Amino acid sequence: MSILVILEQHNGQWHRISWETLAAGQQLGVALGLPVEAAIAGKGVEGPASEAATRKLEKVWAVEHDLLEQYTADGHTAAFEELIRKTQPSLVLFPHTYQVRDFAPKLATRFSQVLVSDVIAARNDNGLVLVRQFFQGKLSGDIRPGGSPCFASLQAGAWRADQLETGSAAMETFVPTLDASRIRQKPEPPFRETARAVDLSAAGIIVSVGRGIKEESNIPVVRELAAALGAELAASRPICDAGWLPMERQVGSSGQTVAPKIYIAVGISGAIQHLVGMKGAKTIVAINKDPNAPIFEVADYGIVGDLFEVVPALVEALKKAKG
Amino acid sequence: MKIIVAIKQVPLRDSHFRIAASGKWIEESDLSFEINEPDAYALEEALQLREKHGGEVIALCAGPERAQQTIRDALAKGADRAIHIETQDLNALDTLGVAQLLAAAAKPEQADLILTGLQSDDLGAGQTGVVVAELLGIPHSTIIMQAEVRDRVIRVKRELENGWFQHIEMPLPVVLTIQSGSNKLRYATLMGIKKAKNKEVKRITPAELGAESSAAAKIEKIYAPQKSKQTQIFEGDPKAAAAQLVEKLKFEARVL
Ligand SMILES: Cc1cc2nc3c(=O)[nH]c(=O)nc-3n(C[C@H](O)[C@H](O)[C@H](O)COP(=O)(O)OP(=O)(O)OC[C@H]3O[C@@H](n4cnc5c(N)ncnc54)[C@H](O)[C@@H]3O)c2cc1C
Ligand SMILES: Nc1ncnc2c1ncn2[C@@H]1O[C@H](COP(=O)(O)O)[C@@H](O)[C@H]1O
Repeated sequence: MSILVILEQHNGQWHRISWETLAAGQQLGVALGLPVEAAIAGKGVEGPASEAATRKLEKVWAVEHDLLEQYTADGHTAAFEELIRKTQPSLVLFPHTYQVRDFAPKLATRFSQVLVSDVIAARNDNGLVLVRQFFQGKLSGDIRPGGSPCFASLQAGAWRADQLETGSAAMETFVPTLDASRIRQKPEPPFRETARAVDLSAAGIIVSVGRGIKEESNIPVVRELAAALGAELAASRPICDAGWLPMERQVGSSGQTVAPKIYIAVGISGAIQHLVGMKGAKTIVAINKDPNAPIFEVADYGIVGDLFEVVPALVEALKKAKG
Repeated sequence: MKIIVAIKQVPLRDSHFRIAASGKWIEESDLSFEINEPDAYALEEALQLREKHGGEVIALCAGPERAQQTIRDALAKGADRAIHIETQDLNALDTLGVAQLLAAAAKPEQADLILTGLQSDDLGAGQTGVVVAELLGIPHSTIIMQAEVRDRVIRVKRELENGWFQHIEMPLPVVLTIQSGSNKLRYATLMGIKKAKNKEVKRITPAELGAESSAAAKIEKIYAPQKSKQTQIFEGDPKAAAAQLVEKLKFEARVL
């Protein structure tokens, strides 16, 4: 009985949710009275594993194999399956990254379990209760997992890495028995599409537009607001997918991460993949006709109303304020 | 090429949700439903692959009676036939349970390619496709933007975080989970809608598929999310609200 926390790093760079997940593991270890171990898989991961071992943990596993040098779903699943069969944890925690989405459900299936994905909170209430979002963040729900081990992936920003406790953990190298012929994915090196001409991360004020704008021909409505504020224009993913604004202006998990003084979200619902890209803004303003839109959960100021009435009024008010 | 596309029917995005009396799910009686958005892109990808390589596109859906509408829409857009797994209560199953049904229905078809959306708008588990692949013993890749098939090998473009991508090759058959926005969606033509009426929809029950499963992870309670910030909301007249907001940004937040 233990908690196993799976950490993720790429070419020596930690995925930052790794530390948040480790902090969650430590806190759940206390709440459930379980020892906490961590594991990291790859080739040459002893360095990162020894760094993880400076945290308060029972043990850190360096899951080491040449065939793990490049991530593949088949390779990672097989390696962690073997480790889990050996160490028999009752709870396995992952950071909710794209990589985890790719292999953790497969791993859970090997144990006839599901992955409880994108968890935002957890507690001990006569056993483990996990909280996750439904309907793109419009509702939350408590999940009571059954069976063992329980697999859960944790949402970015849900736990705080600065709450990690330091300590000193034992380190052990684990070499899984992998077979090259059973790894069916042949990955090529990652690439970027085009150089980014716009660096939104330096912008002081951002006006960001979402699907509430309805049509491409309405984009000038928000363009005018951006002009009145001297702001950069950004967007949620569907706007860039549709080609209404260039890809490089997309904010979110698959776009840019921004932290302006003011972020004005216009007609954006506030799905987590958008929020992770802009939660760091100093002041967040949301304009949305739906008072229950999740964007209001992170907003400092909100106007509930039709953007086609509110935005022109705001432009007017700004002009007046400037005199 | 034989392609199966898993499509799920979900409530309209802009729905207003009320929590059901059970406290465990939403009240569905007053909602309208549509195809899960990424699934529409999965269907589009399938139709384009068929146009290139020939073959057949089969829409696969587990859901109640009302899912017929979404199935008909997929047929009208060009799917050749459909399999409807009739489940009155999808929520009695967890993701593994749903994936078992889909895998059991897909298995005898021996498809070359199974496409799913990368995530459902309602549950948002983001894993059904991956689980189906594991149950069928075939490889998979997730968050796919593009797929090219040549000589029984598929090369896909997978989205990574922060604007990065990666190509991956795999031998067919495979399961791919498709990202939204990867293509331009087509509309159903009048002709398509007409033709859809005569296309085969095979109805099958979970019992017939022999895939009984119990939920390993149960939803105990569903509720409005807790706010992380004190939000000052301005409602009512847009002009007054706008003036109030500018005032606040200037004198309280001091960001203007
Ligand atoms: C793996 C993955 C990666 C993703 N990456 C990103 C990413 O990087 N960035 C991103 O943004 N998304 C990303 N997404 C998509 C994300 O999940 C959401 O689907 C998306 O952010 C929704 O965009 P939206 O808020 O503009 O649209 P919607 O969710 O459709 O919201 C539109 C909003 O406009 C409001 N509205 C409508 N009409 C009006 C009106 N007249 N006046 C005022 N308000 C109105 C509605 O109430 C609603 O809240 C990703 C998803 C996945 C699964
Ligand atoms: N009941 C269902 N019927 C058909 N396909 C489904 C069903 N549930 C999930 N899927 C498919 O699995 C994908 C991911 O769903 P989820 O794992 O719930 O996020 C969806 O986009 C669909 O393609």
